[in-house]
Order: sequence, then structure tokens, then C-alpha cells
Amino acid sequence: MLNYFPEEVLEHVFDFVTSHRDRNAVSLVCKSWYSVERFSREKVFIGNCYAVNPERVIARFPRVRSLTLKGKPHFADFNLVPPDWGGYVYPWIEAMAKHGINLEELRLKRMVVSDESLELLAKSFPNFKSLVLVSCEGFTTDGLAAIASNCRFLRELDLQENEVDDRKGQWLSCFPDSCTSLISLNFACLKGEVNAAALERLVARCPNLRSLRLNHAVPLDTLQKILTQAPQLNDLGTGSFVHDPDSETCGKLKNAMKKCKSIRSLSGFLDVNARCLPAVYPICTNLTSLNLSYAPGIYSNDLIKLICHCKKLERLWVCFFIKLIHYTYFFSGVPLSNQGLNWIMQILDTIGDKGLGAVASTCKELQELRVFPSDLYGVGNAGVTEEGLVAISAGCPKLNSILYFCQQMTNAALITVAKNCPNFIRFRLCTLNPTIPDAVTNLPLDEGFGAIVQSCKGLKRLSVSGLLTDQVFLYIGMYAEQLEMLSIAFAGDSDKGMLYVLNGCKKLKKLEIRDSPFGNVALLADVGKYETMRSLWMSSCEVTFGACKTLAEKMPRLNVEIINEGEEIEASPDDRHRVEKMYLYRTLVGPRRDAPDFVWTL
Amino acid sequence: MSWDCRGMRFEAEFIQNCPIPNLMSPPLLGVKGQSQCNVSLMASSASADCATPNGSGLKERNYLGLSDCSSVDSSAVSVPEETKSNLNLKATELTLGLPGSQSPERELDFTLQSSSKLDEKQLFPLIPSKDGICSLTQKAVVSGNKRGFADTVNGFSESKSTNWMFNAAGCDSGQPKLAGNAGINGMLSNRPSGAQPSVKTEVPAKTSKECNNKMNGSNTNSSPAAKAQVVGWPPIRSFRKNSLATTSKNNDEVDGKPGPGALFVKVSMDGAPYLRKVDLRTYSTYQELSSALEKMFSCFTLGAQRREMLSESKLRDLLHGSEYVLTYEDKDGDWMLVGDVPWEMFISSCKRLKIMKGSDAIGLAPRAVEKSKNQY
Repeated sequence: MLNYFPEEVLEHVFDFVTSHRDRNAVSLVCKSWYSVERFSREKVFIGNCYAVNPERVIARFPRVRSLTLKGKPHFADFNLVPPDWGGYVYPWIEAMAKHGINLEELRLKRMVVSDESLELLAKSFPNFKSLVLVSCEGFTTDGLAAIASNCRFLRELDLQENEVDDRKGQWLSCFPDSCTSLISLNFACLKGEVNAAALERLVARCPNLRSLRLNHAVPLDTLQKILTQAPQLNDLGTGSFVHDPDSETCGKLKNAMKKCKSIRSLSGFLDVNARCLPAVYPICTNLTSLNLSYAPGIYSNDLIKLICHCKKLERLWVCFFIKLIHYTYFFSGVPLSNQGLNWIMQILDTIGDKGLGAVASTCKELQELRVFPSDLYGVGNAGVTEEGLVAISAGCPKLNSILYFCQQMTNAALITVAKNCPNFIRFRLCTLNPTIPDAVTNLPLDEGFGAIVQSCKGLKRLSVSGLLTDQVFLYIGMYAEQLEMLSIAFAGDSDKGMLYVLNGCKKLKKLEIRDSPFGNVALLADVGKYETMRSLWMSSCEVTFGACKTLAEKMPRLNVEIINEGEEIEASPDDRHRVEKMYLYRTLVGPRRDAPDFVWTL
Repeated sequence: MSWDCRGMRFEAEFIQNCPIPNLMSPPLLGVKGQSQCNVSLMASSASADCATPNGSGLKERNYLGLSDCSSVDSSAVSVPEETKSNLNLKATELTLGLPGSQSPERELDFTLQSSSKLDEKQLFPLIPSKDGICSLTQKAVVSGNKRGFADTVNGFSESKSTNWMFNAAGCDSGQPKLAGNAGINGMLSNRPSGAQPSVKTEVPAKTSKECNNKMNGSNTNSSPAAKAQVVGWPPIRSFRKNSLATTSKNNDEVDGKPGPGALFVKVSMDGAPYLRKVDLRTYSTYQELSSALEKMFSCFTLGAQRREMLSESKLRDLLHGSEYVLTYEDKDGDWMLVGDVPWEMFISSCKRLKIMKGSDAIGLAPRAVEKSKNQY
């Protein structure tokens, strides 16, 4: 009966099926659905660029218009993957250019993007509209100039947290006068200056501009002029927010802000004079997203004042920056004793937690919260504790996603949070000391995380930290049925921990483990499991070379890569030697050919 | 050997904060009266100003134990449960869990390991360490299968840090130098519910010297116990880390103190198959940087010369001598010879490093030319 529908109808129906997972499911129904689906798919998502190669993708989806690619493993973000590991986008762009693909959108994460790639991209696809690069590297502002110059219909250029070499060219000035189609421009991660006049003109001629995120080289007065030209903005990332608060410029800025009635998302403040902050109060009432995590030196009190205006906030990224230096010589000229300092720390923690308390009482719509550590390398980095988290959970029942860096945690707090917020989809906790136990009872944090997984039935992503035994993994295996991504560091006692997870979490897609005592028994227990997952990362665990070889032999459709950074690059290690870093992933195309010398695919 | 990295990997310096009851020891620095005064002043102002969430007053916690988030082995020193009349930390034993309950697998021994190769982070007092007080180096070795907190330095010196706190410490007691140097002398540990405030232990000056001597490869007198840094912890994107570092550096410079934070730059070497990254803030002199790079890249030079049974002196010559020259790219994009400007100026302008072959570096500086001349 289903075959009776002509293909055009099927295609029309499939137009409504947008998520790539649903489309993947659709394509499995029968041959004709597979065929209709593949010709109508325009957006292709590839979670691991090495799982497949460009030719196969193009062969299957010849009408692809939007490609999303992810390259390096997640732990590359934390310097665990050596540079030049891979993840090059050039072959993809080259192949698509060669096959005449009508590419309009390219979204890359953790990939290496060279200027040549960007130039080829800019020149090969006349309808190219949208470039989104997240955590990528390898390109310079020359590549951006190529994009600006050649992509006549460019709508979106979104650069998030990329490492870009600034070549002092005037890349922004390369947007021709005829370019009026920009909807989104984000260059916050660039370090160098852009021509302010060119920027103002660009903004002025793009009436559809909705999202603009400036870098820290753009001064406040330019911001003010831009806002006057673009009151229709939805999303603003300020550049530098430093000025004399009593100046005319600040006054004009506040007025301009009042006219920006559509701004729902605010970020930036890459450099900030807290006394200028009141200029943004007019837009705070309608804000749904606020990212202050890059703002240095806003004392928590000013932060709290700002947040108190933001009653509709749904997403908040923040770090409570507290300047210890002012407190250590509090009342005397003599350095404080330990006792004194301890008290100080408590106060400062309280400020951090108090800040969260302010969020909890103001932002009732809050769904996503990220709290970053205030002072990475400072000794006495007061920050937030479990109290802040509990306060948030009590005040913000809609909370579903959290990333929380904290000094300490307790099981009791986690249990309370689990009760208050059963809707977590993402729960990532990071104690700054990775093996710290419950701050009150000194027990491992197993029970706390156990409560989280038990209560949050929709949990998809979990990062655990603190002192943890195999027990927590038993809980995760038992309860975390929807879990897709799990990050483990410095946790567990034995292979059993990993086995609980592999056996229990049926929907697991990505597992990344570092510095945990999981070894060969766990690795080899269920080799078939890895084909149901996107990837497995294990570093500084107890897995040996021999076991990896065995695994690779048994599972030809996995690439088992060993990263060997040691001095003896050529020597062939003993089977009993432990593997420093192993990354394995399912693939349709066998070992990759661009692996550097220090990566061995077994 | 990569596979021996594990051997080189240091055992868990598992420093715990543990609530300890009723441990009194003399306050530091003999400013007891004053500091107590201050404490009470602050305590009262604290309670006046800060509405604590539970309203029951501030809970006591051991912060200093947790204080360094980047040094995973935060040097919180656990305090034993008995009153110590002397400060012999070797007698200290600690176990996790409630008093009386002992998990045989996870018994932590907190002993003072004099033979530890770990770079301990010293908790610095706010006064110069020359007063002879330095923090303890208590480490715990976690027995059993449990991986404690291994220092994943990988055998290279890149993660070691000379303690920037010492850089900050001009040893002037008059200056507020803290930011982050909430160095506490000794350990602090509080029972959360108890009324007992912090506990301190003092480590004899001798130990601090031991600490210093144990620095791997650290030759300078001014380099104190470095804080051990674990690669990739806390898990924050390098982009964000570098931004925080830059901005906090900018802020702190205003206060007259170099900022904390990491400054990772790429290091390339002609002929090497891949690049490395180093955190410039973990060094305080050119000498340290140079030795660290030497170690990091020795594998490449060794590889090339392996058949020649390279002697140590030859190797040094390779790197220090005419063969290789260390250069850096500055903010303007120019390649400069390392070593000309003061260290602080260097790290603020250095974007990446390159170990060039002497012959390529001829255009850079007369010194390079000299070196290559010497070759012949």
C-alpha cells in the first residue's frame, strides 16, 4: 500500500522530516523510501568525518546543500590530542567542488580549515550562504577575506571560539558594497582590529542583519553607532565595553539600546568597565540568553545587579569573577592567617553562591546554565559550591542543561538537585579537584550521581567528576537509558565500572574516558557494542597494545587508532605495554590515509 | 619511551581535604592576636553583609586544600585525626570515609614522601617563604586498583610550572600580592559543622628545601616547588583558557602583579613531524624554557643521530650550539631571536616558537651567525 504513493508525494512528505535521525530511520524502511529519501536530502550531518568519505556522501546524497562535519574527538578541546592529528576539511570541499554540488551551507566543528580550503570554498559554490566554524583552527583572516570577497549571497559567517591567525589584512573591508544579504556575523574570536568605518557601513547596508557579535577590538563608540543603524538585531555580542560611564557616548549607547527592542540574546563584554553595564539594562527585560562567561573582572555584585533585571532568561553562561587581591589584606596591613583566609574564602564562595541565588530567584524560566571557574590558576579560587547548585535547582524548575565547575560537591546536594529538576538532558559537573569526595561526609559521590541518573529519565549527556567508585557506573548502567554521551575522568576502581556502562547504556554513542583504571577485560568484553557507537576514547587507562590489536582484528569496521607521542616513534611496542591514548570509531571506509606518523591505526 | 611514560608517571598525589575535629596548632607568623582580631572583624562583617543561603552562618570549609584548581593535586593537606604535638608529618595517616570505617581497598596513606618526584605545589604564605615556612608536601598514595590522581605530565616538563606565585612574590610583605596566591601556609582543614576553625601545620624549612631540590630539571634557585598541572584539567577549551588568561593578566597588571593563567603557544621544530604546545607561564626564565624545549624535542634529534651514539655533550651542542636556534613570532608577525628582551616582555608578545636550524636563522641575529661560523 505504501508503494502506491508516487514518489513526489513521498518526497513532499519527507520534506517535513527534518532531523537527520528521523531521515536515517526513514531511509531504512524499504528500497524505494531509501531512494526517495536520498535524493531529497539536503542537509547531511556527519558526526565523525572519518566514518565515511566525501565521495560516498556525495554519491548517496547528490542534492546535498548543507553539510555538517565534526572532526577531532571531544577531548581535543583540552589539549589531549596532539596537533596535526587530522580532521581536514579540504578533501571534502575539493570533492564537492569536483562533483558540482550546490553547496550552500557548511558547518564544521573541531576541524582543521586552511586558507586554501576557504578560498576553494568561496570560489566553487556560487550559492554559498552560510559558514559556521566552531573550535576550528588552521586558517587566517586571509581565508576570511576570500569568503567575504567571493560569496555574493553570503548570509551567515559565524566564527565561534576558533584559533585564527590575524594577518592584519582588512578582511571585513572585503565585503563588497553589493553585499547586503548578511543575516548573521560573528567574529568575536578574532584578535585583530577591523576597520570600524567598514563595519558600520556593512551593518548599515544589511537590513536583514539579526545577529552581530563583535570582537574585543571594536570599541564602545563603534558599538553605539552600529546599534543606531541596526535596531532590528536579535542577538548582540558586544566588543569592548569600556568607556567613561559619564560620557556622552555611554549616554547615546543607552538610548540606542532602548530602541533595540528585539534583542533577545546578549554576549561579549570581552573587556568591560562594570560601571558601563547599566547601559544594557533596557534590553535585559526581554533577554532570553546571556553569556557573560568571557567577561573579566565584573565583580559578582555588579553581575548580580545585571541579572536581577533579566527575568525572562532561559540561557545563562557566567563565571563569578572575584578579585581575591582586595580581600587578603582586609583590615590590616599584615597578611591574613590561615584562619582569616579561610573565612575570606567562605565569604567569597558565598558571593559566588549568592550570585547563583540571585539567578535562582530571578530567572524562573532558566533552562540552561553554565558556570565557569572564576580564576583558573589562582590558588584561592573561590568560586561556587554545591549550595549554589541547590539554590538554582530549587529556583529554576525548568532547568534541563547544566555545566557546573565547582570547588566541591556533596551527595546530599546532588540528591536534592535530582529531586528538584528531573528534566535534565545534559548534566555536566566538574569539580576543580577531580577526585574530591563529598565535602561533608568524605564519601564518594556515587550516590549523588546515582540520584541524578535515576531521576532524570531523559538524560542524554553526562559528565561525572569527584571521587567515584565502580558503584556510580552501576547506577549509570542501570538507570541512564537515554544516555548518549558519557565523559569520565579519574573515576572507577576496576573494569567492572566500564562494563556496567557498556552493558547498560543501550543508546550510548560517545564514551570518553581518561585516567581511569579500566583495562582489557572491559575493552574486549563486548566488541560488537562499538559498532553501535560513534566513538570511544580512552587515555591513561589500563588498556594494552595487545588488546587493541585484538579488538582491531575482530572488528574490521572499526578504526582503532593509537596515538603514540613518545620518543620512540619507530619502535614497535610490546603487546603488554599500556596504551597512552586510544581512539576508536566505526567507519565505512577503513583506515584513514591522512593519519600522521604518531597515529597508528591497528 | 612512550610506554615508559607510565613508569615516569607519578603516583597519585592524592591530597584530600578531610574534616578534622579539634586540631589546634599555633597560628603562623606569630600574628595570632592580630589575625584573630581580623578574623572576628571579618566574621562579623561577613555575617552582616552576606546573607548566607541557609542563614545559619558561614560553613567552614577547607578551601586551601582545594585551592588550586589547575593543580590537580590540590595541596590540601589532610590533617590527622589526632592532636599532634609536633609537626612531624610522617606520622600522619589518613583514611577516607567516616572515622572508624575503613575500606581496605581505598585506604589512603598520607605520608610525607621525601622521595617523591612529583612537583608539589607549595602553598605560599603571604609572607615570603624565606621565613622558613612552606607548605607541606603531603601526598597520598592510593593503594589498590583505584587510580588516584595521577599526574599526567607525560614525562615532559611542559606541564610543570615554576610557581608563578613566586614571581609575584617580590618578597615584600608590604604589598598585596595575592591574586590567587591565597597561599596558605600549611594546611587547612575544617570540620564543616564544627566550631573549630582552620588547622594549620607547619612544615619545617628543611622540607621546603627538599621540595625545591626535587624539581625535575629545574635548575634555578628561584624556582620553588611547582604546582603540578594535569593536562586538560579542568576541562575548559584552550580558547577559553587563553582568553581568561589574557584578560585576567590585563586586569592584574593594573594591580601591579603578573596574572595567573596559561599561555599556550605552539612550538615547531624544523624537521619534526608534529608540533607541540607549551604553557609559557610555567617558566620564569629563558633557561627553564630552553631546557624544557630541549627535553621535549630531544627525541627528534636523537632519532636523527641515533646511529652515532650521541654523547650528552653532543646533544647539548645540537640544541644550544650552532645547530639549532630558538626563535619566536611576535605580535607584529616578525620572527625574533629568543632571549633579547626581558622575560615578561617576551611572554606578553610571543605568539609561537620555532626551533630553527642555525643555517636558516642567519638573517635573525649576529649571534646566530656566530654560531654557524663556529660550526666550521
